[in-house]
Amino acid sequence: MMRFIWPFIVFVGLAGFLYVGLGLNPHEVPSPLINKPAPAFNLTQLHDPSKQFTSEEMKGKVWLLNFWASWCAACQGEHPVLLALSRKNIVPIYGVDYKDNPMDGEGWLARNGGDPYTLIVTDPSGRLGIDYGVYGVPETYVIDKQGMIRYKQIGPVTNQNLRETILPLVAELQAK
Amino acid sequence: MKRLLIFLLCLLPLFVYANEAKDMADDPVLEKRMIGLAQNLRCLVCQNESLASSHSGLAEDLRREVREQMTKGLTDQEIIDYLVSRYGDFVLFDPPVKRYTLVLWYGPFALLIIGLIGLVVQLRKRKKDIVEVQLSAEDAHRAADLLNSTKD
Repeated sequence: MMRFIWPFIVFVGLAGFLYVGLGLNPHEVPSPLINKPAPAFNLTQLHDPSKQFTSEEMKGKVWLLNFWASWCAACQGEHPVLLALSRKNIVPIYGVDYKDNPMDGEGWLARNGGDPYTLIVTDPSGRLGIDYGVYGVPETYVIDKQGMIRYKQIGPVTNQNLRETILPLVAELQAK
Repeated sequence: MKRLLIFLLCLLPLFVYANEAKDMADDPVLEKRMIGLAQNLRCLVCQNESLASSHSGLAEDLRREVREQMTKGLTDQEIIDYLVSRYGDFVLFDPPVKRYTLVLWYGPFALLIIGLIGLVVQLRKRKKDIVEVQLSAEDAHRAADLLNSTKD
């Protein structure tokens, strides 16, 4: 009997490792930017290209920064969630029209039920995306009053994400 | 007519060819250095492809970024640090030895050593289990008789 115990323990250990491993999502790469200062930017606004917007203006506020694009299929699924969130006026959502033609971006917003963003900047070259470590839109960052990134959502924000993670975090950061 | 159509359709694959990832090879030396570096970096979109071979938009942007940093005179290590600070160690195909990569780097050796120890222990135990059979005087006598008898 004893001679089967050790192989059995080894098997269970290995199976446990593999089971956990299979449950992980390889497309969710942990961001090294969490708890680091959000990269500053000064970019052209989508709705009014004559104006710039700088992230410096957001000091002292908790805000969301959402990367989206008209060519991004997953963004369409996310859009109603953001629209509903913006109506609640809990936290301002700033948008980055990532690697997109501004005209396409505007058209996409009009077609998809409106504009949930307080303000949108354009990043046609994708350089701001690189600074933020974006590798798949949509991606959403929660940035605190000190301008630190506190959370990164890879892929679309869902109602469940909002309820369980993002909104509790926003409330905590706003109370600070 | 139908045959001609089939023949023409058969010719179609001749016009299809795989293309290298688009690059702006203005400076071949720099381009070579960029490719050399990018081969050891992972494309985050298509995760098992290197930054050098990927066609994804992000990989193109990152190659452009690497190129620009090289023209600015940054060293390879500085460029790698730049990318790691944004995308994490995941961009490296050769992950650094850290606390959480210890199992990855040394796990196989640990398993090998455990296996060797197990083997030695088993062999020792088996040696002990083998009982030398002692011949009784009577058996030895019989054996000797048999050996002698076959001699003739």
